[in-house]
Amino acid sequence: MSKVQNNKAWWLVMPVFLLVAFSAIIPMMTVVNYSVQDIFDQSSRYFVGTDWFRQVLQDPRLHDSLLRQFIYSACVLLIEIPLGIAIALTMPTKGRWSSLCLIVMTIPLLIPFNVVGTIWQIFGRGDIGLLGWFLNNVLGISYNYAANASDAWVTVLIIDVWHWTSLVALLAYSGLRAIPDVYYQAARIDRASSWAVFRHIQLPKMKSVLLIAVMLRFMDSFMIYTEPFVLTGGGPGNSTTFLSQTLTTMALGQFDLGPAAAFSLVYFLIILLVSWVFYTAMTHGEKN
Amino acid sequence: MSTRESGSWKKIVPLWIYLVFLLLPIYWLVNMSFKTNTEILGGLTLFPQDFTWANYKVIFTDESWYSGYINSLYYVCLNTVISLSVALPAAYAFSRYRFLGDKHLFFWLLTNRMAPPAVFLLPFFQLYSSIGLFDTHIAVALAHCLFNVPLAVWILEGFMSGVPKEIDETAYIDGYSFPKFFAKIFIPLIGSGIGVTAFFCFMFSWVELLLARTLTSVNAKPIAAVMTRTVSASGIDWGVLAAAGVLTILPGMLVIWFVRNHVVKGFALGRV
Amino acid sequence: MAEIRLQNLAHSYSATPSGPEDYAIREMSHIWEQGGAYALLGPSGCGKSTLLNIISGLLSPSEGKVMFDSTVVNDMSPEQRNIAQVFQFPVVYDTMTVYDNLAFPLRNQGMDEKKIQIKVGEIADVLDLQPLLKKKAKNLTADEKQKVSMGRGLVRDDVSAILFDEPLTVIDPHLKWKLRRKLKQIHEQFNITMVYVTHDQLEASTFADKIAVMYGGQIVQFGTPRELFEKPHHTFVGYFIGSPGMNLIDVTPQPGGVGFGDIHLPLSEGLQQRLAATQWSTLKVGIRPEFVHLWDGPYDDAMCAEVTYIEDLGTYKIITLKLAGQLLKVRVPEDKPLPQGQAWISFPGQWLMLYADDYLLEASPANEVPHE
Repeated sequence: MSKVQNNKAWWLVMPVFLLVAFSAIIPMMTVVNYSVQDIFDQSSRYFVGTDWFRQVLQDPRLHDSLLRQFIYSACVLLIEIPLGIAIALTMPTKGRWSSLCLIVMTIPLLIPFNVVGTIWQIFGRGDIGLLGWFLNNVLGISYNYAANASDAWVTVLIIDVWHWTSLVALLAYSGLRAIPDVYYQAARIDRASSWAVFRHIQLPKMKSVLLIAVMLRFMDSFMIYTEPFVLTGGGPGNSTTFLSQTLTTMALGQFDLGPAAAFSLVYFLIILLVSWVFYTAMTHGEKN
Repeated sequence: MSTRESGSWKKIVPLWIYLVFLLLPIYWLVNMSFKTNTEILGGLTLFPQDFTWANYKVIFTDESWYSGYINSLYYVCLNTVISLSVALPAAYAFSRYRFLGDKHLFFWLLTNRMAPPAVFLLPFFQLYSSIGLFDTHIAVALAHCLFNVPLAVWILEGFMSGVPKEIDETAYIDGYSFPKFFAKIFIPLIGSGIGVTAFFCFMFSWVELLLARTLTSVNAKPIAAVMTRTVSASGIDWGVLAAAGVLTILPGMLVIWFVRNHVVKGFALGRV
Repeated sequence: MAEIRLQNLAHSYSATPSGPEDYAIREMSHIWEQGGAYALLGPSGCGKSTLLNIISGLLSPSEGKVMFDSTVVNDMSPEQRNIAQVFQFPVVYDTMTVYDNLAFPLRNQGMDEKKIQIKVGEIADVLDLQPLLKKKAKNLTADEKQKVSMGRGLVRDDVSAILFDEPLTVIDPHLKWKLRRKLKQIHEQFNITMVYVTHDQLEASTFADKIAVMYGGQIVQFGTPRELFEKPHHTFVGYFIGSPGMNLIDVTPQPGGVGFGDIHLPLSEGLQQRLAATQWSTLKVGIRPEFVHLWDGPYDDAMCAEVTYIEDLGTYKIITLKLAGQLLKVRVPEDKPLPQGQAWISFPGQWLMLYADDYLLEASPANEVPHE
């Protein structure tokens, strides 16, 4: 669409700008403020420059947490994106089953994060949970997410898959629905196999929604807090302690304000950077 | 019958497996919510032997419980209304006009969606306390605007760009003033877009826990915070916990039911 | 394949059709002979695309048979029939180059790469796509994309018919005629049956040897452009073909012929008998503006009409006349002197058509199109 140049449009944008600035800029300034000062109490503050940043970047706790977080997000993307696409390909496109399918798939997305954690906390227990009981007593696999680190990891991952794959599937589904029928018809005339149809028609046409899916899932998995916290509290030990939890522990203990603030900024920057990398990589070669 | 339907059982089976996977933990929760604690701890039963409404009764009669739901619903609706109202004109501006700094503004808005809530915990706490809004619904609603407003602007702009500018111009020629045109002509055209946006705003605000818990203590306590009450000296009140959980799923299901047609149409039509 | 035969074909999109309105295609039987260039002409919604999709196998008809030679192909998928279809909307595989697009159907058949190279080169030559072969398909203009779509249809050597569903709709007007000519050339060169669906009569008449006019789910006439012009079998054909379309006037039977207002139009003996023997609910006469005879001055047997409007269109003029309360148009060449105020016209018997319930009545019924 050809847009008209008109700076008066700022009036229309003003409410959004003010609101988000209030919610973002002011707090951000606070964070930046804390990140370069050492604060003992209201009256004694000392400017320490980049001290906190250096400390934070060398902190082994943070390195561990960061590594865990990257592995987690990578697993999430590697499982949920292909799975979501695969599910979208199987979803019916019309009729009552279609509505029913959509509704069931959307349910996990609308459950408060802590309830998601609670559901699986219960579901996975060996004594009162169907899954835990089934694994331990019927299949004979010893499973305890509270005591065993790899059980905890697998459980946390499965929770995320259970919780969020539907989002990827719904986005992919919408991308598929937007493909005009004519493409499928032409492919049949050309005697294309279903794999060829997927590779040459469906996947390329889903590119923009998949970009959204990848970015959203990366960002949200990188910021994850509640679900693993409710399930394991970050344990056993700190095997499921991810970045947000590490930061929260730091921030809510008041003495660590400086490092917490510095860490916050680093955290935010990492997300921005990786998002930018994803975005550029996926839109590479596209000319608008 | 079209020859395309053949081989569809290959699609149906994996889909059904996935749907069962989704429903199983929820079924278990519902199952538990109708049992007494004795039955829960006594052994595993697939259906309540001792069916009881007691857990739900606790929640509906105890003010500290049901107020949690009311609080949550209140700030979520507040947030949706605020987000939509500010996002609509802004999205219109992005869709129809070029102005100084427009691309940078849009990008900055999107980066707010990428901000980890954990980063804002302490600053928000201090900010809202200092202006006397701590423990109010509006505080949570505003805090959630941080990530909902950019999303709303992004989605709405996509839909609005699908409406040709000629419609605006025709309306002006026909004598409509801008507010009248916007309300009577434009908004009905992007109906599904508004539906999709409202859905996402509701969704992300309803499920968010961290900020909601940090900014409230007693008056505006969300249901998520209330649920931690079930842990006491005598152990966890599983039945009530389960019932509380089930009740948090219901509003979501209602919302999906109401917007089900819009969401798919909206997904397909708009940028999303 | 020598012919495509449609036998008692009908199609309804609804699972339980209750009446003729539920049918997109009403019962019809038709034969398309091998090697012909045919047009399927009709307004939007008349069932043309449905018919095309039934022939190619994208749609299975709810009733009747589709036969290629003597084989019933109803249950054969498009992949199994040797038919290609070009759609209104240019379909190209964006991620592939033009070369790969053209090679796609051949690769799916498992053809050997060397042969593919030859075939693709051949088609690229015919369609002037040579310079574009290495380009990515999504960077092409609309007409180039449409040529690639057509190319994919032509490149297969097992194809015995190509169906075109309004393929030039998205093309710029000044490129349309170029592509049309190209299609005609291809037809002459390859001798494949081509069925070309369009709602544009000019396109139909320039491309096709024979045109099937479709209306309300039926083929109401199948003939050369000239036959369609001179003797429309259905009022719709009369109205749709020609510019402007045929004049149609409601009439009632009178002794010796038919009439309207105070005008009497004599009919031949044979036609009068036919009329008497036919059941009808509406009766019309039709005459083309080109065939209305305009006398230079008053004449005994001529009817007197009032001139209401004259349009000068360069090489010809359209005169709108009022005759006994009915408006009709006459088309005259530019050098013909124009009547002032009043005009004397007559309807030559050979060009005056009689339509009962919109279908042409003729003195010898053998020539008529059967209908309910």
